[in-house]
Amino acid sequence: MTAPVTPAAPGAPASPSVDALRTEFGAAIERHLVSCGDTIVYVTGERQHDVLAWLRDTPGQEFDYLTDVTAVEYRDTERPLEVVWQLRSLGRRADLRIKLALDKRQPLEVRSVWDLWKGADWLEREVYDMFGVTFAGHPDLRRILMWETYAEGYPLRKDFPLRGHFSRAEQTRQALAANPEAHYSLEELSIAEAYAELPKDMQERLARGERGFLR
Amino acid sequence: MSVRTVELALATPGVDSEGHATRIPLGVAEPPGAHFDEDFGAEHLLVNIGPQHPATHGVLRLVVELEGETVKRVIPHVGYLHTGFEKLGEYRFYNQIIPLTDRTDYLAPMANNVGLALAVEKLMGLEITERCRVLRVIACELSRIISHLVWLGTTGIDLGAYTPFLWSFQERERVYNLQESWTGARLTPSVTRVGGMMADIPDGWEDGLREFLRTFPKTLREIDTIFTRNSIWIGRTQDVGVLTREEAINYSLSGPMLRASGVDYDVRKDRPYLGYEDYQFDVPVGEHGDVYDRYRVRLEEMTQSVRILEQALDKLRPGPINVDDPRVILPPKRRAMSDMEAMIYHFKQVMEGVKPPAGEAYFGIENPKGELGYYFVSDGTAKPVRWRIRPPAFINLASLPRMCEGALLSDVIAINASVDIVMGEVDR
Repeated sequence: MTAPVTPAAPGAPASPSVDALRTEFGAAIERHLVSCGDTIVYVTGERQHDVLAWLRDTPGQEFDYLTDVTAVEYRDTERPLEVVWQLRSLGRRADLRIKLALDKRQPLEVRSVWDLWKGADWLEREVYDMFGVTFAGHPDLRRILMWETYAEGYPLRKDFPLRGHFSRAEQTRQALAANPEAHYSLEELSIAEAYAELPKDMQERLARGERGFLR
Repeated sequence: MSVRTVELALATPGVDSEGHATRIPLGVAEPPGAHFDEDFGAEHLLVNIGPQHPATHGVLRLVVELEGETVKRVIPHVGYLHTGFEKLGEYRFYNQIIPLTDRTDYLAPMANNVGLALAVEKLMGLEITERCRVLRVIACELSRIISHLVWLGTTGIDLGAYTPFLWSFQERERVYNLQESWTGARLTPSVTRVGGMMADIPDGWEDGLREFLRTFPKTLREIDTIFTRNSIWIGRTQDVGVLTREEAINYSLSGPMLRASGVDYDVRKDRPYLGYEDYQFDVPVGEHGDVYDRYRVRLEEMTQSVRILEQALDKLRPGPINVDDPRVILPPKRRAMSDMEAMIYHFKQVMEGVKPPAGEAYFGIENPKGELGYYFVSDGTAKPVRWRIRPPAFINLASLPRMCEGALLSDVIAINASVDIVMGEVDR
């Protein structure tokens, strides 16, 4: 791991929640830093969900509001990818940023916080869609901004070229050949009992379990 | 010929042999359920709304599972307008990102510009000038008014009221005229720069704004008269799409959606920026969390915006609009053409851009749709490592399936309208 970010506004005090977290979780709190007045706490993957649940439910912390879930990948390819949770306590008017560093040589997987905050539903789907991070425990983890059959990878990763992996000609060819039926999810098709009317290739694709399960 | 006519008449039900209509007594001819299909009620119907549908307020597609007319489930599909703004931002200087923010929430572009400038200034630790702060407050509050006016007009149309749409768009046009005379653009003003503003307001602009502030409350009162105690409006909106206080927090709602559910949180009050703590204004908070309360909150916010704008005009004093730092702000064109040092700064600014130190910053402002947050990660170069938009409309829209559970199909339109989405921001 390379050196941590140099804080832009050094000397600003860290949030008092950091000391409380260190007391409660000890070694699971890897390090903390203050940047531009925002406190950032790095946690380990094993305790990430516990830390977030503890911060939400403990009196005196009360981070009841999940402002944002996102991820950061650095230009330095050796540096781990970071998943970021922006927490807020509406009552105490306090913010805290929790980060989890993911080694890019390992599968990118973290625990979902959907069970704590329903607002994490689409946010986690977006991180999955854009960075390829999977959230274990998410009830409906599928692409949200890109379409379901999008095959070029994860757009916000640094190894993804600005114009995409495929050539413009290939992108155009795929767009023109797209089957509008493919934009219905399996869930919707099973409600409409339209599965039997699907084209053969899509039936096969769905049967391979590329997407959800058939009720 | 006449014989054939009689034959036809005989074969036609409801007409007797003399061509007169037979009178069938009103009532049930056969016992109910005689031809009733047992499975008919059990079958769920799938209705697709959008993506090209005026009532979805953009290219939003909703797949609605219906049991009769009751909604069992709503599956929203977004992404049709995905442009990859966050990716594009990683390839641009900080000031070059400002035009991208115009195009996210294109109904409140000036407020987005302000949010982006404030986030970069937080990253750099810049302190902006007093006149710039007041001008940015004016930009934010004008954006709030035009965004809420679009919401009001289009929601009125969705629920069958056409007149308020014309009234609100007429007022909106006057704000757009002000915006155009300030920035030169109606939809994409790009009014801020890191450390200042793109331009000061032109001469006489304040008088135009004062005239708008004098007459606009009258339109608001007219809209209030036609909606607030209107039985059709109340019937279509009250107790529809209810979210409790706990749900609103749990779903990370923000802005009028959060406050309509009774949570008293407004970034302008609770995290004051741009000197909002020095302005006298009230934050409307709803009680029921339904569509009607969201309407009341937004209507009142426009009245409060007028109050803030009046105070901002009183606070507006002559002075510089940009920080005095040549590493951030371009020198005036005349100096750049005549002064060697200024020309070097101009060249370095244009070629190399503004360089914040390595670090990261999140800054949230109260946009018309909710809390708009910009999260920047910088590695010390002129282009951000990561530019994240916390999109209020996207996060508010995620609660749509919850709000539509058990509602009627026609309520889906009202509920969807009440979220106040703009797809440019949802999809980014």
